[in-house]
Amino acid sequence: MDLIRRSFIASAVAAALAMGSPFAGAADRFITVSSTTSTEQSGLFKHLLPAFQAKTGIEVRVVALGTGQALDMARRGDADVVFVHDKVAEEKFIAEGFGVKRQEVMYNDFILIGPKSDPAKVGGGKDITEALKTIQAAQAPFVSRGDKSGTHAAELRLWKAAGVDLDAAKGAWYRDTGSGMGPALNTAASMNAYILADRGTWLSFKNRADLTVSVEGDKRLFNQYGVILVNPDKHPHVKKADGQAFIEWVVSADGQAAIADYKIDGQQLFFPNAVK
Amino acid sequence: MSTLSESFLTAGGLVLAGDPQLLNIVSLSLQVSLTAVFLASCIGLPIGAAVAVGRFPGRKPLTVILNGLMGLPPVVIGLLVYLLLSRAGPLGSFGLLFTPTAMVIAQVVLITPIVAALSRQIVADAWRDYEEQLRSLGASTPRAAFTLLVDTRFSLSTAVLAGLGRAVAEVGAVMIVGGNIDGVTRVMTTSIALETSKGDLPLALALGFILIAIVLLLNALAHAVREWAVRRYG
Repeated sequence: MDLIRRSFIASAVAAALAMGSPFAGAADRFITVSSTTSTEQSGLFKHLLPAFQAKTGIEVRVVALGTGQALDMARRGDADVVFVHDKVAEEKFIAEGFGVKRQEVMYNDFILIGPKSDPAKVGGGKDITEALKTIQAAQAPFVSRGDKSGTHAAELRLWKAAGVDLDAAKGAWYRDTGSGMGPALNTAASMNAYILADRGTWLSFKNRADLTVSVEGDKRLFNQYGVILVNPDKHPHVKKADGQAFIEWVVSADGQAAIADYKIDGQQLFFPNAVK
Repeated sequence: MSTLSESFLTAGGLVLAGDPQLLNIVSLSLQVSLTAVFLASCIGLPIGAAVAVGRFPGRKPLTVILNGLMGLPPVVIGLLVYLLLSRAGPLGSFGLLFTPTAMVIAQVVLITPIVAALSRQIVADAWRDYEEQLRSLGASTPRAAFTLLVDTRFSLSTAVLAGLGRAVAEVGAVMIVGGNIDGVTRVMTTSIALETSKGDLPLALALGFILIAIVLLLNALAHAVREWAVRRYG
């Protein structure tokens, strides 16, 4: 019966498809790193990981999420290493016993992005809390990540430092988008709004429209990245040796040099500062 | 240059250059979705036929449920499959999360109801026309269901193509269970979402054009096979 013959052919085709290369997995030896959109989308990992793999043979699979989500993913045991940028949340993660030890890797800074027309007249300033106060007073449109990411946490801390009670001050001017850095920047670009961004994502972001850097250089805009091995005591399947190898490499002289090497249009995106 | 024309040029350039990364992403997209459609058809077609022909209590509510499940939100399915496959979940020990297999599982859940609901309708219509004839030949219910599936195979291909269309175009589920890992679980739709995030709208749109072209090509291919089969086996 030709139907049977045909379903046989179909199964053979499907089986062949199923055994095709990507299903077989690129390398058998790999670790999963949950990280942030800023490190992935800025292209840093594309620059770092081939060097690490060439040296150790370990493939690094990066799942890029906001810091809050990245830590949650690791809490459920779905990552071997986390590489994120929210010290407070990272220390909580360690205190809960999910992480072995937090090591600082590199830093860059947050910047306040705003429209070139600068409706709140904050451009060129160095004081981030003054700028935020002025934006709030002018009711100039501001886009927030609103996704529990490291950048969102930093933004909330800065509003607090500026003495603005967001719950009371929130209005049509403050747009809580609940999205990643890129999508939030897209929203800000189309609304001509102010937004707090990490410099890495900004430098690699292409759809800038009329946006430009408004405020930078305030010490409080410091953005530290840390790396943590997920605790094998909590999740026994964690690839301890290979995960540790990755951590040791990023804080080593080689890894730190590779981070410093990464530039877009001649601008360095991340500054290594691991403690020796 | 406008984004639209720039995107067309980018898309053309990518295709002509045979960009290896693009080929990888396209082939993974096709492997995942075709595998999912194959499995969903193995499950969905018999279910559709059984509900169409079978006489059992609860058949009508089941029909409604099947039809309703066609609208399953991909993000919700993604989340459900994620929680099942997560290390902390019941199937966590298999370590399937963030693999193409996880993406296939999510898509099978998503499109099986589509294949089942559409095939139920097609087989039910045929059943109305042939019930008496099949009964008079003494066909049992399973036998009748099987005969009708064979008989309506050309119409059923549309049900399968609808499933394929949904599978290859959805982003919500594969993003969550695959993790959009470069070179491992990055497919067409998640690449488009990623490039949009990076603000590279022309490239995102270019990838979108390529995806649409592939879907059209698949459908043209299916159509040609069907025409040929109708002529040959009609």
